[in-house]
Parts: sequence; C-alpha cells; structure tokens
Amino acid sequence: MSIACEFEYAKPATLKEALRLLARRVPGGAIPLVGGSDLVAWLRDGAIQPGLLVDLKGLEELRGIKLKNGKLWIGAAVTFSEILESKLVKKHAPLLIESSGMVASVGVRNRATMAGNICSAVPCCDSGPVLQVYQASIHVSLPRSRKTIPATKWFVGPRKTAMAQGGIVTGISISTGKHAGAFAKLKRYRGEDLAQASVAVRVDAKGLWRVAYGSVAPTPIRGPKAERLLKGEKKPAAVLLKKASAVAEMECSPITDIRSSKEYRRLMVGVMLKRSVQLAAKRLAGRVADYGINCLEEDA
Amino acid sequence: MKKITIQLNGESRRLSVVPNLTLLDALRGQLGIKTPKEGCGRGDCGACTVLLDGKAVRACLILAIETDGQTIVTLEGVSKDGLSGLQKAFLKNNVFQCGFCASGVILAASALLVENPDPSEHEVREALAGNLCRCTGYEPIVRTVLQVAKKTLTKAPVRGKRS
Repeated sequence: MSIACEFEYAKPATLKEALRLLARRVPGGAIPLVGGSDLVAWLRDGAIQPGLLVDLKGLEELRGIKLKNGKLWIGAAVTFSEILESKLVKKHAPLLIESSGMVASVGVRNRATMAGNICSAVPCCDSGPVLQVYQASIHVSLPRSRKTIPATKWFVGPRKTAMAQGGIVTGISISTGKHAGAFAKLKRYRGEDLAQASVAVRVDAKGLWRVAYGSVAPTPIRGPKAERLLKGEKKPAAVLLKKASAVAEMECSPITDIRSSKEYRRLMVGVMLKRSVQLAAKRLAGRVADYGINCLEEDA
Repeated sequence: MKKITIQLNGESRRLSVVPNLTLLDALRGQLGIKTPKEGCGRGDCGACTVLLDGKAVRACLILAIETDGQTIVTLEGVSKDGLSGLQKAFLKNNVFQCGFCASGVILAASALLVENPDPSEHEVREALAGNLCRCTGYEPIVRTVLQVAKKTLTKAPVRGKRS
C-alpha cells in the first residue's frame, strides 16, 4: 500500500527558513520530518494528512553530539545508531545506550531519531522514561522565541507534546555527573517489539533515586512514591525492594490492549523495578560496568 | 514533481518523483529494482531493506524525494559482479526456503560484516533481529553469517596487525 494523501515537500537549509515554512498556512498543516520512521508509517496508514512536509535533515544546528556548558547535548537529527556509537553518550548518559539499543531494530535505528521518538510521543516510546529520569531538557525553537521544556513536562497525552504547533526541537540536553541506572523493557519476544511496559531508574552518588515508567499510562510517567521509598539507599535491601515493587505496581495505570493485559503489565512493572534497581545499585558500586542489556532477559 | 539524482548500485540515475512516493515504490516501480520487497509496509519485517549511504534502512519508510544526492545499494548491486561470498554460502547451505526475506537478510548481514568483520552470535542476531523470516527459524541464517565471517577472517590478514 502506498501513501494516499498528497503533500508538498521542502528541505530548508536554515532554521529560520524551516520555521517560516512550518508557519505556512496550508490545508492539513505543515509538519517537520527527520527520520520519518513513525511519520511515513502514519502517512501510509492515513492517520495524518499534512499539506507540507518540512525535511529538517539539512539543518546544521540539529546535528551532532557534544558537551556544551557542562551538559551533554544531542542534536535532534541524531539517530539512535549514532547515539549507540557515541563515546560521549557512553560516558555521560550511559542509560541512553541501554534504551536506544532496545528501540526497534538496526534498520530502523539507522534512520530514526531520539527527538522524533519523543515528538511522536506514543505511550510506549522507549526514550521517554530514560529522559525523564535524566531530567533532560528539550530545546525548542519557535518563530519568535526559544524555550526549554523539561522531559517530565514534555508528554501531555498519547501523541501529544508540550511543544507548540510550528515549533522545532533542536536538541536534547542532559546534566552530567556520577550516576548509575538501568532500563528494562518487557516485550512479547526477544528481538524487535514495542514495549508492553518499561522501567527506567537512575541513582546518584548520594543514593537519590529517580524512577520512570513507560507504556503503563497515557504518557511516560515518573514514579515519585518509589523514589521516596528508595531515597538514600545505595544498596536497597530485599525487604525494601519488595515494598518498592508493590508501590510501583500501584503508581502506574496500565490498560489492556493488543500487546498485554493491564494486570500483567502491572505485575511486571513491579518485577522490572526490582531488577533494574538491583542492577543500578550494582553499577553504582562499580561491580557491573557495561550498559546495553535488558535485565528482564539476561543477567549482568 | 521534483527531479532527483541518486547513485544506484554504482550508476547515477535521475528520476522525477512526487513527494508521496516511497523509496521502495520508486525502486520497484520506476527503476526496475525488484529485490526489495514490500512485506509489512511499516518497518517491522525488513524485507524492503536497502543500503543508504552504507547503512541498512527501510525503503518503505523513506520518501524517494528525501534521498536526492545519496547512494543506494540493493541486492542487484551486491551481486553485480557475480554472487558475493555471503550469497554463495547461503546458496551452498540451502539457507532460504521461500526467499522473500533473503534480499533484506543478505543486505543487513553484508552491512554488519563491513562494520564488524568478526561478530559474535549475539551481534549477528541483533543485526538481523529486524529481518523477519517465517521459513527457516533463523538458525541456518545465523550459522552461515558466522561461518562466512570466520572464513573471511582466516583468509585475509587482519587490518592493523601488519607492521
């Protein structure tokens, strides 16, 4: 099946030109395109019918991974494969190595971007929970202004973000500093699949935990109750982990759909919280170094 | 309509495309390149895999117009001067049955071996996880890719080790 709807295509060379194009009033609206992995699938489905696609791959501002003002900066046009190959990401935000490696498959990761992943904003997006535990900032350019939106306020509903119409995500920034973490993703089988549920955790040198869940609410969400419970515990004991699991099960609100029942999702969120906290604690203590495993499927 | 130029299997090709034409439809419909297949049409199955500037990508999820000025290699390009070592090994081991996934699998495996000439079994499985095959159960595919990697390594001197 091909794409039924007709649209114009433009590939601007500057950010200013791109913003001007996105502000154009065309029937169906103008939308930005980078990797296109969700976008073209939605075009094929007829789920969206834009009048104009603005290809942002020509914009220099959106490229590259670098350290900027003490923060790790990942340009909006950076693909998941580029994230996986980046030494800077591995050093400063290794959890992104773990989550990005679980996104779809190599052939998709070679094209799809992390910024696109959070702009599509489907409830099961793999980047959401990790960016939330990193308290990442999403940098948006608008025709007359710029704004920075925290990842915790980015998602406002399924496929809905806090970015105003006509805006362009230029990049995502993450604070650096000693930490450890883990990301667990529940899938129906090994290999590529969308998440039935996912859990991201991050702990710093003081034992402060941040927790987020994916695919178990209309958007990725933080887990404040589990965070409070784990606070100050660099090596949580079994009793505490059991409590935290129970809390995690109750602070998410999954639904039943084609991929899973809500009961199974809820139960597994508890299991995933426990395993990812255990793995993060091991990593913080320096006992496991490498990121890039799914602690639901394999041992560290 | 917009005119684009692509390097397709080593040849410069110029074609007129409408914005809503996918790369897969352009290859199959306008350029006579039939090895990339339309399976799922949404990036899950990998049957439409092509190499875009050397990277395995999904031709069904890319608009032809986006690829202006880029280099595309399909299976036709891989076997331009006869079957590649990988193809010969697949043939010898009688790996495929229906063959619908074959073009995608061979391209994804070729891209892997260029980037990583000595992959582990896990790395081979990871590289091919997005290429669904309903016939073989994957075992002969993975075995053959590993076999070819090993054979190529023992034959060619390892780069960087020469003085």
